[in-house]
Amino acid sequence: MKRQLAWLLVLLAAAALPLLLSSYHVDLATRILIFAVLAMSIDVLAGFVGRTSLCHGAIFGVATYVVIWASAKAGWAALPAMAAGVLAATLVAALFGVLAVRTRGVYFLLLTVALGMVVWGVCLRWTTVTGGENGLRGQDMRPALLVARENFYWLVLAVAALCSWGMWRFVNSPFGLSLRGIRDSESRMRALGYNVPLHLFVGFAVSGFFAGVAGAMYAFFNEYVSPTSVAMAQSVAGLLMAIVGGVGTLFGSFIGAAAIILLENTVSWYTDRWQSVLGLVFIFTMIFAPEGILGGLRRLAASKGRTR
Amino acid sequence: MTLHRRTLLASPAALLAMPAIAQQAPIKIGVLAPLTGVLASGGREMVDGVTLFVEQAGNKFAGRNVELIVEDDGSNPDTALQKARRLVEQAKVDFLMGNLLANTGLAVAGYVRGTGTPYFIPIIAADELTQRGRIPNVVRVAGYSASQTAHPLGDWAAKQGYKKVATIGQDYTFGHEQCAGFSRVFSNAGGQIVRQFWHPLNTSDFSPYLGQLASLGVDAVFAMETGADATRFIQQYANFGLKQRIPLMGAMNTTDQSVIRTLGAECEGIVSAAHFAEGADVPATKTFVEEHVKRFNRIPSLYGFAMYCGTMWVAKALEKIGGRAEDRAALLTAVRETELDNSPLGRPVKLDSFGNPVYDIYIRRVVRRPDGKFWNVPFASYPAVSQFWNYSPEQYMAQSPYSRDNQYIRQN
Repeated sequence: MKRQLAWLLVLLAAAALPLLLSSYHVDLATRILIFAVLAMSIDVLAGFVGRTSLCHGAIFGVATYVVIWASAKAGWAALPAMAAGVLAATLVAALFGVLAVRTRGVYFLLLTVALGMVVWGVCLRWTTVTGGENGLRGQDMRPALLVARENFYWLVLAVAALCSWGMWRFVNSPFGLSLRGIRDSESRMRALGYNVPLHLFVGFAVSGFFAGVAGAMYAFFNEYVSPTSVAMAQSVAGLLMAIVGGVGTLFGSFIGAAAIILLENTVSWYTDRWQSVLGLVFIFTMIFAPEGILGGLRRLAASKGRTR
Repeated sequence: MTLHRRTLLASPAALLAMPAIAQQAPIKIGVLAPLTGVLASGGREMVDGVTLFVEQAGNKFAGRNVELIVEDDGSNPDTALQKARRLVEQAKVDFLMGNLLANTGLAVAGYVRGTGTPYFIPIIAADELTQRGRIPNVVRVAGYSASQTAHPLGDWAAKQGYKKVATIGQDYTFGHEQCAGFSRVFSNAGGQIVRQFWHPLNTSDFSPYLGQLASLGVDAVFAMETGADATRFIQQYANFGLKQRIPLMGAMNTTDQSVIRTLGAECEGIVSAAHFAEGADVPATKTFVEEHVKRFNRIPSLYGFAMYCGTMWVAKALEKIGGRAEDRAALLTAVRETELDNSPLGRPVKLDSFGNPVYDIYIRRVVRRPDGKFWNVPFASYPAVSQFWNYSPEQYMAQSPYSRDNQYIRQN
């Protein structure tokens, strides 16, 4: 009960943000929420299945491409376009899942990099559909009600909250527990009679579904997509957010996304060398809080409890 | 929401203070350029171009101080978009200028379409932005559309008596558009495009292409390369011994100063078409080049030139409207009507009705200067070339845009 109350307060505080912030900061907050969902979808695999994916940026981008294509080229309404984007991302994730579930560790990492590169290559070269390097531009994609950035923020907040709840339920379900079992000992789970590849496949597809939701929201946010949205840098960005927030904490992704996006957008005010500053922050995070910000806070809280 | 209330409360005071503020508040210019990543040196030259003009104008346009706010677009459309949002909504700039890569420009253009912020693009050459997909508040001051200079080069090549030409280009939209412009005009003038090669960006080894080019029996080669690809292509073309055998023509970016600055005799003699030639024997150009060399110790590239002229263009429009940079509609109208007559080009330039300049296009050749450096010197020119060459705009835009599959090559 106390816990639910706390979550409600967090949600209310987040919902009140547009009343306090400038329009630019509302945009930043929207961006943070979208990327937090992407980071969480990566964390589902990295933190609870022990599989670090580097193709979720591509899955995210597939949804962005499909939504903008459906809206700008095929003239679909927002809702069906969004559904098509999420569906496409889930299908791509399912396909990737089939290929990737039999690998683990560094091989899984490399395979997902390769699969992500395939998507990137297709988006870059299939000029007639994707617009090649120049990308696709959408026009007035949001329904009239969502044109105002506050309204769009609230929608994204609602979707992000639903997704977080969904992913939290997923990793804490009996199915999620079996995924954790696979993370901890694949051979034991197999010996117990679990169909490990099937579990991994479902885990991958579900995680891809949520990456797709984030990508579809991103399409409405930017109304523009180019191959950089499916490039490896996008996957790395999502993974970094999950890591900085704390792998295996799920909600740490919000903190990680906020930390990285705010850093990116404020440090560049002061110095051209903002990328060096970001690099240093990552290095220090890895040295002093390898379990991420939320993980570190939890450890701190736990150790305090013990000394008392 | 808070904004409404604040403006309401402040309005009586604001009304009284209005004339004073209008004179004192600086004109804020948001400059977007790639300052990190592979295009950083080009981005730096863009900022230099703007800085040089603003300095020469004494930091004042139409009696108002000028404040430049420079942001790094990271050569990434998502970053560019985010930075444009910050400049417009947070820094409250009066207008935006810059970007180098077409996709960064297209992303920002999509954003300002919604906000109405004037956005000037002296470097972004994507045909679309001043043709089928034009946006009223996006104007290509002192810029050019990708195929604009390639068209006259195709005509020139045909008049040289070249019968067979092969093209090689970077496999992305900018390359497709320029190769199409060249191939279309050349083949319609009776020439034959024997083959087109497309290679990925950042190709380090051109030997597979050069070997095939050597055996095609062509009279000339047209190369559309930018940046490090251009440097490597020109070097390897010479190393393969093709330089003596097959004349090389380039897109203007292939022999831009930013490329040939780093090269030696390999680049000598390459022919290209452009609206600007740093080696032109024109007093205004000479003065500009001297001033640029004095300030930055290097001959200006297209990036520096275009941003310098673009800023000059907007400044001149601002003079006309008494410096009211906040009045977007007036600024855009003034920019569109401005005829730039005192630019380094030494010839008056104005915009067509689609927001793209009409230029006299030089055919230029890379020549060695007495001090051993290389630059582009014009030897022929095509007067008043628009982005539509000699097709009518309506007819031109009714056809599908140039792309890898749409090169408009006539089979002769």
